[in-house]
Amino acid sequence: MTTTTAGVVFLLSLAAALVAVHKPFGDYMFRVVSGARQSRVERGIYRLVGVNPAAEQTWAVYARSLLAFSAVSILFLYAFLRLQNHLWLSLGFPPVMTHGAWNTAVSFVTNTNWQWYSGESTMGHLVQMAGLAVQNFVSAAVGIAVAVALVRGFARSRTGELGNFWVDLTRITLRILLPIAVLGALALMFGGAVQNLSGGTDVTTLTGGTQTITGGPVASQEVIKELGTNGGGFYNTNSAHPFENPTTWTNWLEIFLILVIPFSLPRVFGRMVGQSRQGYAIAAVMAILALASVTLTNVFELAGHGTVPQAVAAAMEGKDVRFGVSNSATFAAATTLTSTGAVNSFHDSYSALGGMMTLGNMMLGEVAPGGVGAGLYGLLILAVVTVFVAGLMVGRTPEYLGKKIGSREIKLASLYFLITPVLVLAGTAAAFATGNSSTASNVGPHGLSEVLYAFTSASNNNGSAFAGITVNTPWWNTALGLCMLLGRFLPIIFVLALAGSLARQKPTPASEGTLPTHRPLFVGMVVGVTVILVALTFLPALALGPLAEGL
Amino acid sequence: MRLPSWLAQHLAALRALLVFTVLLGLAYPLALVAVGRIPGLAGRADGSLVSVNGKTVGSSLIGQSFTDADGNPVPRYFQSRPSAAGDGYDPTATAASNLGPESVVDTIATNPDDARQSLLTQVCSRSKAIGDLDGVDGRRPYCTPDGVGAVLAVFRADGLTGPVTRVVSVNQVAPATPFVASYQGLPVELAQPGHDYVAEGGVITPIRGDAPAEPAVPADAVTAGGSGLDPHISPAYAEIQVARVARERGADPAAVRRLVREHISGRALGFMGEPAVNVLELNLALDREFPAR
Repeated sequence: MTTTTAGVVFLLSLAAALVAVHKPFGDYMFRVVSGARQSRVERGIYRLVGVNPAAEQTWAVYARSLLAFSAVSILFLYAFLRLQNHLWLSLGFPPVMTHGAWNTAVSFVTNTNWQWYSGESTMGHLVQMAGLAVQNFVSAAVGIAVAVALVRGFARSRTGELGNFWVDLTRITLRILLPIAVLGALALMFGGAVQNLSGGTDVTTLTGGTQTITGGPVASQEVIKELGTNGGGFYNTNSAHPFENPTTWTNWLEIFLILVIPFSLPRVFGRMVGQSRQGYAIAAVMAILALASVTLTNVFELAGHGTVPQAVAAAMEGKDVRFGVSNSATFAAATTLTSTGAVNSFHDSYSALGGMMTLGNMMLGEVAPGGVGAGLYGLLILAVVTVFVAGLMVGRTPEYLGKKIGSREIKLASLYFLITPVLVLAGTAAAFATGNSSTASNVGPHGLSEVLYAFTSASNNNGSAFAGITVNTPWWNTALGLCMLLGRFLPIIFVLALAGSLARQKPTPASEGTLPTHRPLFVGMVVGVTVILVALTFLPALALGPLAEGL
Repeated sequence: MRLPSWLAQHLAALRALLVFTVLLGLAYPLALVAVGRIPGLAGRADGSLVSVNGKTVGSSLIGQSFTDADGNPVPRYFQSRPSAAGDGYDPTATAASNLGPESVVDTIATNPDDARQSLLTQVCSRSKAIGDLDGVDGRRPYCTPDGVGAVLAVFRADGLTGPVTRVVSVNQVAPATPFVASYQGLPVELAQPGHDYVAEGGVITPIRGDAPAEPAVPADAVTAGGSGLDPHISPAYAEIQVARVARERGADPAAVRRLVREHISGRALGFMGEPAVNVLELNLALDREFPAR
């Protein structure tokens, strides 16, 4: 089998697996988020936390609970990182310095997992498993909870109630994330991912050199890193490291774990609004964009344009042999199309256009299929914008799923969309204006790409990097921390506010003039709106970076 | 006493976080550590360590350098790929090079500490060294015969246009010979340390040369991997090393080649990943079957 054929089969097998599981798994998630019967463990947790699971919350209370939980999480993680030298399993590492601890605390709570540090030389085992990995679970649950609350806004009417944040958080964590994490971790351990508390084993190599074989609770963190679209590696080289991603089939499994929740959530959406076909339309938008992107990334990487790839005769720099070019490119597309940011190869060394695809995927707003929850609410916002644009064209009041998209709704949707471009472009400009762009290791257009990538990744809560840039400085850690924080929580507030205002409305019965939102026409329009909005926003920046380098 | 609601909310958040920390941060990973102790899984959970005569020599998942104390290849062993992890294959400092596809101009400084090789020159010099070591053609496109990036800075009268006024081979310094004697009728100069020819207005022009598009030294042999710990090389890179390893061990090349073939792991299920050869396992098998004289 040639490399290209194998790469195509690899891609098709992933697509087939996602098609096969999205329905049963989506239905299962639907039951988790809409069921009212609490298990004994869950009742115990509510009692410990001190909340009444039957109490419904308005959008404002829901948002305040979410923000309180996230704020406490950031403070807790910050303290954990600053005090790690006093704790068990610190491996003798010193406390993380202030700006680094701020950046990492924000990074993991916002589901970004941007990493300025090397895990193996900065973080003790306890802080990895009880600090960082816990946020991998709960930040993912927060994303899904917000998406569910927005869908409740569409599904409910004449009510202020959007559910209960604590119940959503607990049930999503315990019933969706944890069981899959246990099974996935066992599979990864079977493949060779390590799971121990060793501080490292010193060995003498065959030729008499020395090597320290590192240890750590890696498998348990690796699986939720992919499943929760987090992306923070236990080790510096992330999913390229053989202890995180030992084999070609664990590579397949990790990509599948990245995509399974985001691609199954449209089914949950369809079930919750009582029209499965609405979910399929959203899934179709995601699938079209994702397939186009992953195909192009593969084409560009396999073609290997550029001086060094031509000299090498393949774009193999930064890629491990077992994965090869194609499976690396597929991972790169999956990780940037979602908010994951895990990498099994290093995007900085990609061909110019292949690297541009990873950057473009994030600029797309990570909606195809996007991070867990964040992808669904991002795409629903784009659907609202599309309905509005379509309404303007025919001169009718736009409505989506029986809810009118009035001035308040469209204002919230527009604000949502504007946040990331503002953060990305202002941040990049600030880096150049203040001279902090000089920490990029590459020069010329590629240096610009490294800076642009850093801000795009942080503001979209992705966390992958054109990793040649040095970001371990107070300016970078502070600036990127702010981008991650604002890029996560401002959109969430707008989404919940939108959910609140939709839930209050009474449903408008569909009339002859209503735009059907489950037909191919609408799917095509959402794809078009998404691509055009992104192109208008970011094309000038891309032209100075990867396009200048690649053309 | 009734707490203000904002405080109650944050206390609830703290309690929730503590509950989840115990559950997801301690119980879940430690249970898996315990499961990792069961026979059959324990070896893998501990890092797939490999022992020879009771002495641990590495991990079958982690690549290592087969070089002597000075960093020169030990010729009786199959060589791993280049690595950007620390001084090479250092699991405590994993890294990729992160150099881009147009990293083609070396920084040639008067102070050797400030000197930096471009990715292109690294590729060219590795290719030449492997070609010399294994007796194959080490030439590559965009590489000079002396193993650096074949790149000219072309100065024109009006910046980007106009007649050429000066040409510098930016990666070659004295006593090298410029890889082309002249460019558009002008003699090609060697680079001077401390100059930045891009800043001085030269247009960077890589020169393809006439090396074959599919060089004899395979792609993985001249590039650093993603993890810095890549345990594998391609079957093609193993193949060009067979003759040297067989010669060094006084073994029949056909027998060594058979051993290589036995160590090729194909694609999982026929379509996942790429065929690869685990270098440590291959070298251990070599030591068993053809002990060095």
